[in-house]
Amino acid sequence: MTAAVHVHGLTKIYGPTRAVDGLDLQIETGEVFALLGPNGAGKTTTVEILEGFRSRDSGQVSVLGSDPATAGAAWRDRIGIVLQSSGGLDLLTPREILRTTARLYERPRAVDEVIASVGLQQKADARIAGLSGGQRRRLDVALGIVGRPDLLFLDEPTTGFDPQARRDFWTLIESLAHEGTTIVLTTHYLDEAEHLADRVAVILGGRIVALDTPTALGGRSAQEATVTWEEAGARHTEKTSAPTALVTALHARLGGEISALTVTRPSLEDTYLALVSAHSTPEQHS
Amino acid sequence: MTRLLSLGWDRTLLELKMYFREKESVFFSFLFPIMLLALFSTIFAAQFDGPAMTAAGVDAGRFFLPGMVSAGVLLTSFQTMALSVASERDDGTLKRLRSTPMPPVAYFLGKVGLVAITSLAQLALLLAIARFAYGVALPSSAGPWLTLAWIFALGVLGGTTLGIAYSSLGTARSIGAVVIGPLLVLQFISGVYLAFSDIPTWLQQIASVFPLKWIAQGMRSVFLPDSFAASEMAGAWEPGRTALVLAVWAVVGLVLCVRTFRWFKRGTT
Repeated sequence: MTAAVHVHGLTKIYGPTRAVDGLDLQIETGEVFALLGPNGAGKTTTVEILEGFRSRDSGQVSVLGSDPATAGAAWRDRIGIVLQSSGGLDLLTPREILRTTARLYERPRAVDEVIASVGLQQKADARIAGLSGGQRRRLDVALGIVGRPDLLFLDEPTTGFDPQARRDFWTLIESLAHEGTTIVLTTHYLDEAEHLADRVAVILGGRIVALDTPTALGGRSAQEATVTWEEAGARHTEKTSAPTALVTALHARLGGEISALTVTRPSLEDTYLALVSAHSTPEQHS
Repeated sequence: MTRLLSLGWDRTLLELKMYFREKESVFFSFLFPIMLLALFSTIFAAQFDGPAMTAAGVDAGRFFLPGMVSAGVLLTSFQTMALSVASERDDGTLKRLRSTPMPPVAYFLGKVGLVAITSLAQLALLLAIARFAYGVALPSSAGPWLTLAWIFALGVLGGTTLGIAYSSLGTARSIGAVVIGPLLVLQFISGVYLAFSDIPTWLQQIASVFPLKWIAQGMRSVFLPDSFAASEMAGAWEPGRTALVLAVWAVVGLVLCVRTFRWFKRGTT
């Protein structure tokens, strides 16, 4: 299987700042790949270079086998991009803009089908100005997928969603991934990355500092688990690399149900925050 | 080619929908000259009661019609383009379009289609109101209509390309002031709202650099009696020079448009 995205030594310089600093990255076809990183880490710059919106200073970039800096309409036909915000649609209806957008592609999805898949049937013929934030975002996604892309870029897709809308959105992304769409996702929500992504990468200072499956990122799966329980009215906490053995021992000792038992591992968020603080050395702040 | 035209027509329909749903643009570019024609024809009616004007068959409606037609050309082409392209660049519309396989020419065809249809509709409305509400006698021979056609076409073409190029000078927030202020001045010194002969010579000379003065002069040659040519700067209608100036501006506009057009906001690439 060939890589959908291949990046080697990517560098982008803005004045004195190396926004992207020798970044290497490979995203496989059919993968859901999440890019994490604080604001200003180079995440958006990297993604916009992959999308062909920004130029680069050096490095090799191949997206679906082409260089985004020079790729033409045939390449764009296979790419879907959900931007962070898209304005200028207030006076139209979702059906109108989807219909004209669909005509730009070689093998578009049926407009009604796309409207249904993002759950906008009730608003299909209403002015976009009257849509809620979540509905607008779903329209953005609809515009990104109406061309039946092989590769879909999603830039912070669920910012401002309520929990139910987020769950619905995740289901939509899962079904696209299931159909074989390669998805590159940037997000600030660690649970979103954990839920959707096959692999996650953390960008800091313009480089990838960690790259793995969500469960293994930053040695997460090897880290100690924390077991807490209540015994004789007191709360006990123990860190262990063998939580199963500890719980079995507790069960034998206490006999029956262990009161208020929890076993937790560092969340993806804990791991991520540890990575970020470990990498924010003083000179990066100066 | 067929696909390109069909995509361009799609864009035109979309542009028309957005244009007519935006009440401000309908009022300030589409209806404004029509309203001014009605207003001026009413306010200044008494000033055209004198024997000279009556003898020439020129009343206030006929006198102001060429100016309003010219203002209409400027507003529906230049102003609409400058305002809409600047805000589309700022609100991400252009970036979104750039992310699709749309051929860039289709976008411009959509703009040309929008301007062509709105400016022709506006011209038709202006002529109908002048004729039927104010009894203005319209040209009865083919010559003036032919002149109207080429001046109108060149004016709209130049206005569209220059407007798209001009959009790069402002952001969505500033473009209103950047466009409307200078345009208002230009309309006054080009003799759209005043008799051009009342404007001091040095201002007339400044106005002569820009296309609007030539559009207005050309429109006067269409709608006013030939005796009025004497009050032009050269004492004649100068159709040849008008064609030359408008054609040069249209070419300049096209070149500027191609060389300066940006899909992205400044500082985002």
